[in-house]
Amino acid sequence: MNSALKKKMYFDMLRIRIIEEKIAQRYSEWEMRCPVHLSIGQEAIACGVCANLNQQDYVMSTHRAHAHYLAKGGSLKKMMAEIYGKATGCSMGKGGSMHIVDLDAGFLGSTPIVGGVIPIATGVGFGITLKEEKQICVVFIGDASTEEGVFSESLNFAALKKLPVLFVCENNFFSVYSPLSVRQPKDRDNVAIAKAYGIYADKGDGNDILDIYKITRKAILQIQKGNGPAYLEFDTYRWREHCGPNFDNHIGYRTEDEYLSWRKRCPIENFENQLKEEGILTTVEIDKMNTEIESEIEQAFIFAKNSKFPDATELYSHLYA
Amino acid sequence: MIRELNYTQAILEGTDQCMTENPAVYIMGLGVTDPKGIFGTTLGLKEKHGEKRVLDMPVAENGMTGIAIGSALTGMRPILTHQRIDFMLLSFDQIINNAAKWHYMFGGKMKIPLVIRLLVGRGWGQGPQHSQSLQAIFAHIPGLKVVMPTTPYDAKGLLVSAIRDDNPVIYIEHRWLHGIFGPVPEETYEVPIGKAKLVREGNDITIVSLSYMTLEAIKAAELLEKEGIHAEIIDLRSVKPIDENTIMTSVAKTGRLIVVDGTWKSLGVPSEIITLVTEKIFDSLKSAPKRITFPDFPTPTSPALAQHYYPRAIHIINAARKTMGLEEKTEEQMGITQNNPLDVPDQSFKGPF
Ligand SMILES: Cc1ncc(C[n+]2csc(CCOP(=O)(O)OP(=O)(O)O)c2C)c(N)n1
Repeated sequence: MNSALKKKMYFDMLRIRIIEEKIAQRYSEWEMRCPVHLSIGQEAIACGVCANLNQQDYVMSTHRAHAHYLAKGGSLKKMMAEIYGKATGCSMGKGGSMHIVDLDAGFLGSTPIVGGVIPIATGVGFGITLKEEKQICVVFIGDASTEEGVFSESLNFAALKKLPVLFVCENNFFSVYSPLSVRQPKDRDNVAIAKAYGIYADKGDGNDILDIYKITRKAILQIQKGNGPAYLEFDTYRWREHCGPNFDNHIGYRTEDEYLSWRKRCPIENFENQLKEEGILTTVEIDKMNTEIESEIEQAFIFAKNSKFPDATELYSHLYA
Repeated sequence: MIRELNYTQAILEGTDQCMTENPAVYIMGLGVTDPKGIFGTTLGLKEKHGEKRVLDMPVAENGMTGIAIGSALTGMRPILTHQRIDFMLLSFDQIINNAAKWHYMFGGKMKIPLVIRLLVGRGWGQGPQHSQSLQAIFAHIPGLKVVMPTTPYDAKGLLVSAIRDDNPVIYIEHRWLHGIFGPVPEETYEVPIGKAKLVREGNDITIVSLSYMTLEAIKAAELLEKEGIHAEIIDLRSVKPIDENTIMTSVAKTGRLIVVDGTWKSLGVPSEIITLVTEKIFDSLKSAPKRITFPDFPTPTSPALAQHYYPRAIHIINAARKTMGLEEKTEEQMGITQNNPLDVPDQSFKGPF
């Protein structure tokens, strides 16, 4: 893998991290008046997967979508404006953080009903096949959504019709405060489940972007050969509370120690050290990246805050096409 | 001194007492055993009644509803919880095709004593998929009962009735009622399903309202009173069956009717109530009845749009004034000041839920 790509992937992760941290930091100004589900700690999966995609490829996601949207090239300004409820937002203020979209970037939308987007993404794959086009559709999901019926229904149909769909499960071990242990039998193995449908499946370390990149590369090659869908699962950890800007390790559903052990496995820090050791990245370059990102974010926040709220009449627009 | 509890404490107490009284009662739902315990309504139940009867579940609403129904066939009395109505939409199949019809379609041989507790979200950008209030859809289905308690007293009493009922009961809570305090007896008691409550007496106009909107109706009635308009308020409490008697008696007296419902306008509960009144006591009406509801659009997320979406006291006041042939007034003229932003019930309500 060339060093330019490695640098780009590092930059992408860093950028998402700083954006999410900034949202967390400014949330208490109470101007972002909608629920936010931050991706801090989970950035590698979005970036490692999307580094394999073209602009024409599609991505869909869930309530925790900022990283996927940004990694696919979604407009930061429009996302921030959406979170601020402004008319210039990517969904014109109708959706908020949980419903973001950027068609120019191939990001077809995110929705917070768990599992709801899985069959939709499968249907996008079906559409691509019917139209005999070449793209693939990637759908990012959480571990909980594999419990919904539509997960099985979608895998079945995607396999039946050999659809160009890549299912990417980010396993962060929790559904809100509920650990896997109260939701799934101990030995449940989604990779084996996908394989039982005849689907190419693999898993990897969700905090190791190179691992993610390579595993995804192989899966996409399978899809591009016409072998049908692929299922990938990556283990990772959400650092902050399920919904909102704070840390919540004290409330009792997980331990501070567990959090700290994952904190040590920070996907960005570790990759940074690796790239420094390889001589690919210098402290000066990192500083430059930080400055560039900070200024972009500053601009995006200014844009969002200065934008107008939608006019009251917008309440009545867009019901029917 | 009468003891006061808030709405969530009332639900918790009712659940606890029913679980103690009947070992067949169990409660299951996402987050039931987590540190937040469904906004406090299930806290401590696992410790007291054990993990077999108080359990979290997979994120699989349709399947889990079927599983609850199946357990009911063996004599269990499940309570299912969903933190938003929007999430339980996945289980429409099991609720409508199975729970609602099982008793009927097998000639009354089996029964489904199932309670489904559903929450309606509002505010802080809950948006299109976290704030739906679908009482009309449930009430449309023969075989379901639907209740929407407003006060802590009714929250406990209706829950006890629902749990003891041998039929599927949809129990809808509004998130903005959870913090409300009111008197709640310590003993177990029932509030009958199908009986509305006369909240306030008046001769000029009948306001029928549901759930959270009853609080707005009360605010409106108090302000109307200052202007010499005496509104009678009926808190419906049960959407199915509807307490026709209480409504008819009131409208026969006042001759004017407004129905307030915190959801979409078309084909809703107000439409049904107004139809019943016009069918049965058309001659007592002095003016055309009115509906106060949300517009027929999904909930927008931006606070700038949501503030025009949710009706409040002033809208009820003006509907009442119009029915009385009086001109509309502004909030300012009525002396209403908004101390809170409109997307929160009080200052403490910050952030997502
Ligand atoms: C159908 C449905 N059920 C329940 C919820 C409430 N809910 C919101 S996010 C969430 C957890 C999802 O966990 P997971 O899919 O693993 O994603 P993560 O939040 O960990 O990224 C739940 C249960 C919902 N939004 N939709």
